[in-house]
Amino acid sequence: MSSLAASASGVDEVRDHPESSITFLVFHRSGSNNSKFQRVYIANYIYPFEMHIKIWKRVGDEMFRYIASKFIFMLLSLFVLVSATFLLMNAIPGSPLQSEKATSEQVQKNLEAYYGLDKPLIVQYGTYLKNLVKGDLGISMKKKFQSVDKMIANSFGPSLRLGISAIITSVVVGCTLGIIAAMHHRKLLDNVAMILAVIGLAVPSMVMGPLLQYFFAVKLRWFEVAGLENPMDYVLPTIALASGPIAVIARLLRSTMIEVLNSDFIKTAKSKGLSGYVIVVRHALRNSMLPVVTYLGYLTAGVITGSVVIEKIFAIPGIGKFFVESVINRDYPLIMGTTIFYAVLLMTTRFLADIAYVLVDPRMRTGKGAK
Amino acid sequence: MKGSFKKPAQFMLVLIVAFSMLLTACTSNSNKPTPTNSGTENSGSGNTETGGEKEAPQEFRFTLASEPPSLDPALMTDAQSGIVAAGLYEGLTRLNKDGEPENAIAKEIKVSEDGKTFTITLRDDAKWSNGDSVKASDFEYSWKRTLNPETASEYAYMLYYLENGEKYNTGEITDADQVGVKATGDYTLEVKLFTPAPYFTSLLAHYTYLPVHPATVDAADDWATEAKSIVSNGPFLLDQWVHNDKLVMKKNPDYYNKDAINFTTVNISLVESDSTVYNLFETDKIDWIGAQAGSIPTDLVGGLIADGKAEVTSVASVYYYLFNNNKVPFNNAKVRKALAMAIDRQALIDNVLQANQTPAHALVPPSIAGLEGKTFREMYPDTDYISENVEDAKKLLEEGLSELGLSSFPEVTLLYNTSEAHKKLAEALTDMWRKSLGVEVKLANQEWGTFLESRKAGQFDIARSGWGADINHPINFTYDLIHPLSGNNDGKYNNAEVQKLLDGSLVAATQAESMDMLAKAEKIAIDEMGVMPVYYYTTPTLIKPGFEGVFSDYSGHLDWVFGKKTN
Amino acid sequence: MSEQKQSTPSFLKPELFRKLKRDEYSAEAVTRKSLTSWQDIRMRMMENKLAMTGFWIIVGIIAAAILIPWLSPFDHFTNDLSSTNKVPNGTNWFGTDDLGRDMLVRTFKGAQISMFVGIVAALIDLIIGIIYGGIMGYYGGKVDEVMNRFAEIIYSIPYLLVVILLLVVMEPSLTTIIVAMSITGWINMAWIVRAQIMQLKNQEYALASKSLGAGAMRIIFRHLIPNAMGPILVTLTLTVPNAIFTEAFLSFLGLGVQSPAASWGTMIDDGVKAMTIYPWRLLFPAFFLSLTIFAFNVFGDGLRDAFDPKLKK
Repeated sequence: MSSLAASASGVDEVRDHPESSITFLVFHRSGSNNSKFQRVYIANYIYPFEMHIKIWKRVGDEMFRYIASKFIFMLLSLFVLVSATFLLMNAIPGSPLQSEKATSEQVQKNLEAYYGLDKPLIVQYGTYLKNLVKGDLGISMKKKFQSVDKMIANSFGPSLRLGISAIITSVVVGCTLGIIAAMHHRKLLDNVAMILAVIGLAVPSMVMGPLLQYFFAVKLRWFEVAGLENPMDYVLPTIALASGPIAVIARLLRSTMIEVLNSDFIKTAKSKGLSGYVIVVRHALRNSMLPVVTYLGYLTAGVITGSVVIEKIFAIPGIGKFFVESVINRDYPLIMGTTIFYAVLLMTTRFLADIAYVLVDPRMRTGKGAK
Repeated sequence: MKGSFKKPAQFMLVLIVAFSMLLTACTSNSNKPTPTNSGTENSGSGNTETGGEKEAPQEFRFTLASEPPSLDPALMTDAQSGIVAAGLYEGLTRLNKDGEPENAIAKEIKVSEDGKTFTITLRDDAKWSNGDSVKASDFEYSWKRTLNPETASEYAYMLYYLENGEKYNTGEITDADQVGVKATGDYTLEVKLFTPAPYFTSLLAHYTYLPVHPATVDAADDWATEAKSIVSNGPFLLDQWVHNDKLVMKKNPDYYNKDAINFTTVNISLVESDSTVYNLFETDKIDWIGAQAGSIPTDLVGGLIADGKAEVTSVASVYYYLFNNNKVPFNNAKVRKALAMAIDRQALIDNVLQANQTPAHALVPPSIAGLEGKTFREMYPDTDYISENVEDAKKLLEEGLSELGLSSFPEVTLLYNTSEAHKKLAEALTDMWRKSLGVEVKLANQEWGTFLESRKAGQFDIARSGWGADINHPINFTYDLIHPLSGNNDGKYNNAEVQKLLDGSLVAATQAESMDMLAKAEKIAIDEMGVMPVYYYTTPTLIKPGFEGVFSDYSGHLDWVFGKKTN
Repeated sequence: MSEQKQSTPSFLKPELFRKLKRDEYSAEAVTRKSLTSWQDIRMRMMENKLAMTGFWIIVGIIAAAILIPWLSPFDHFTNDLSSTNKVPNGTNWFGTDDLGRDMLVRTFKGAQISMFVGIVAALIDLIIGIIYGGIMGYYGGKVDEVMNRFAEIIYSIPYLLVVILLLVVMEPSLTTIIVAMSITGWINMAWIVRAQIMQLKNQEYALASKSLGAGAMRIIFRHLIPNAMGPILVTLTLTVPNAIFTEAFLSFLGLGVQSPAASWGTMIDDGVKAMTIYPWRLLFPAFFLSLTIFAFNVFGDGLRDAFDPKLKK
């Protein structure tokens, strides 16, 4: 029944047996509908989680095919992206070699020759692709002789650590607020939780960051003003970074969870005498996570590649600033490097989110669907 | 459902605890070897430096807005690199607090009669950080390498004073031996210039003239990108370079003049935001702000100066606007002049800029040296170059417009590169024009790369500009800015007389005559308002109590090398 | 299903039944007043106090943005260097900024720009996002794969490059800002819609509609989108603040409104730097920005609840 799971996982159809609580997951070989190649797996209607794990083990080889085809698509789009960015970058005014002070024509020529910018664009493009295939992202034109690979590797660490911290915080806090709000729909706690979440969203990070820094680091001296030396240093930037996503997650989760809590299968579960805790965590939460997972799919790449604003305020040596700096400086190899890096991350996280859909919600969304 | 709420809450609590454990695990293994914030303690084991005396730990901490793009003298182009290089390398001379050259690696500098040949004797006790002696050939190697077209040094033009320097750099000659620098012995260097340059000893202090260690440079292109591969000869050694985060410098125990050096550790954090820099200062994490090593947030400057907390030093830089001399209405000198006369520079400084800048009525800043111990501006005061008079300005504008055959002031735009400070000044300036002349000037801003391209291509009516000194000499602000053929004359101000005077100043018989010619050229350019000066820069600085010998040099760059902590 | 199997009880004789006359249908008319779906939504919105508060805040700010700059004796650009950075007082209710301009007028002049940009950009995102995401989600398979890849590529191209190039092609203006924001803005919406449609497209009502011969567009827009309104509205209300912040970011690149006009974003950025000594320069634009975003969010939440057919009582 869950078409979402279907399209995302390689399961081509989910069939419910009309008279029993059995669900068939149908896989078509090579995308054909020829029944000879169909494989049918049976899932229990009440879907104990263990059952699914078994199913997915068997699904392993199908998954592999799916991943392989995704991977090829990813390479293709990466190639398009590289080409588009290369073209765009050369189309904008300015050059990495310009400086405020006039340089003689000859020096300019020397510089261009040095970085190969004197060659026709198509040759530059070819050279870049050739090096890229070898895994060489080139050398920064602004930070002399620093290799782009190294620059990205060095600065990704802090961004990743902070990003993970922010994502975990936003999922935990966001889900908590969302659950509270949904369970007390239209009651006081609902409003309180939502107002809390929305306040976090309404104060932009460019205001929240400096405010946190001023009150907690300068006035109260509880935290350091800047840097990421100790675990405690993560607190302020994490709050600033997570406040937006917390609100989004809380509201998305509340939205769907209200629906799920009203659905038949939850009513069934209740009538079976399951406690509220079990219902919320085992049934409702898992079935409400889909929009959250979608959101995480693209939030993750954005958050772990750092925020320019937060990095600037808290002086974090992260990768976020490169996205702006490289373009401002017209540092061509760095522009390409950060773009490719970001795209790969984005495509990977979105791909993982696709897989997560299936794990979170293997077969159905609402009770109605299984009648 | 309500009654069961307790349990999910507990569940979440478990999650939160798990998450904080995970976070701690994430961060603890990533701790960097030397926490900037925990003082002089160094957890890296190999280092035997003990921090010395008990009374005052000789540590100095400041910030730079961005990391030095390179610490290779041939490739340095910016103030940040210069501030680090001053501690890392030692050139033939160094500038003192007054901007005057003093011998460093050079023991003696002899100038020939014609002022073109310099024979420099080097001291023989200077060492590279790997133990090798610093020899005259290292300088020869370094300069020729910078001039070599293959090195593609942006600042190579600083070495064009050398005989055949320009020709070699532009590929006109390929034989490096013809360049006017030669090590005639281990410790003697003979330098030939193409033209007499009395300020050459100052030039020798510039970072483009620093030596490099030939074997290191030959071994790897990227030798200057990591602390461990840099071989240097200065009073400090680069101990750590965590990219985009910080640089840590330690006193060089083998420096020939190590008794003059007091700081044992210098911590340079890379912090972009002014507010964050100020907060670090407030929480005692850094000792200094200002002079290109961080800057005080603009809104705080006025108050800090008034309270006597911040000190203001003048900087050899001028802030000015370019008129597009080829475009109506700025092809008319009277219109240009009217705009320049209609602004109240002192009011801008008092209310908008607030850092005690000096109103600029000409181009050469007050701190630039002239002759016989006087500054250039003391010799040629600019106070009456522009009379700020609204009534006269109105009259001039009318005359100018009618000469152009225009009935009203056409629509023009003032272009500036995106920045809060430039925006504020431009807003105040256009408001003054609106009020005094009834002239409506629109504002447009572009980010740096686009802005430079627009300005160079002459795609503007009025454009913001600023100019700083590379050397302590008025030629910096005249020849470079108003010579018709100068690559920096983006407003295309063109006056044959100015050209003649400026060219003449290069070959003038005496220094006084040369100065005179520069001053005349400057006066003509201002009379015609080829460019519109607004103010001479200053740099407000903050320093923690107990430091000596840390200051902003004539060009407005932090000089910390010989500093000392006294309490 | 089971009705068919029921045998007719013997006491039910045909003569006990008669044909109903036409007007007797009315006897079985629904007692509840029939409402169009819009009336229904409006009615349920009215019941939601928090959402209505949000609604009135938005109305109030829009009104203030129009009226205050019009009624005030001050304008947003004239400097008064003799009264810079004045604390809020009787003359300048919100104080003055660093060039002596009245903060009240500037705050609401900024509101004009920010609100306009925010709302228009959000609507454009909504339209493109629903169409694109709807098609992706409904058709699935290869169509989805290709369209999804295209969105990912657009999403990954360095935004700044596109924006700077746009600046070269177009004059800085509100239109340019909105175009710049819409280039990538719609993608998040499209992804959300896609995920929703994928979940919903095999529900009975969609399948029923399909079996009755409804076309894809009718199914998507008539049945699926209304049912996906929850997350769509949540995302939409997030788009408004996002657009407001993006506008601020674009202003720094020279693409936004040119000085002396200012949006909330640019005013906040100026104000943050001065917040320790001239807090009112941050307070007012930041407060009204946050208030607006808050209002949009609670309003959006209410709207979402009202729209959702599953939450009908």
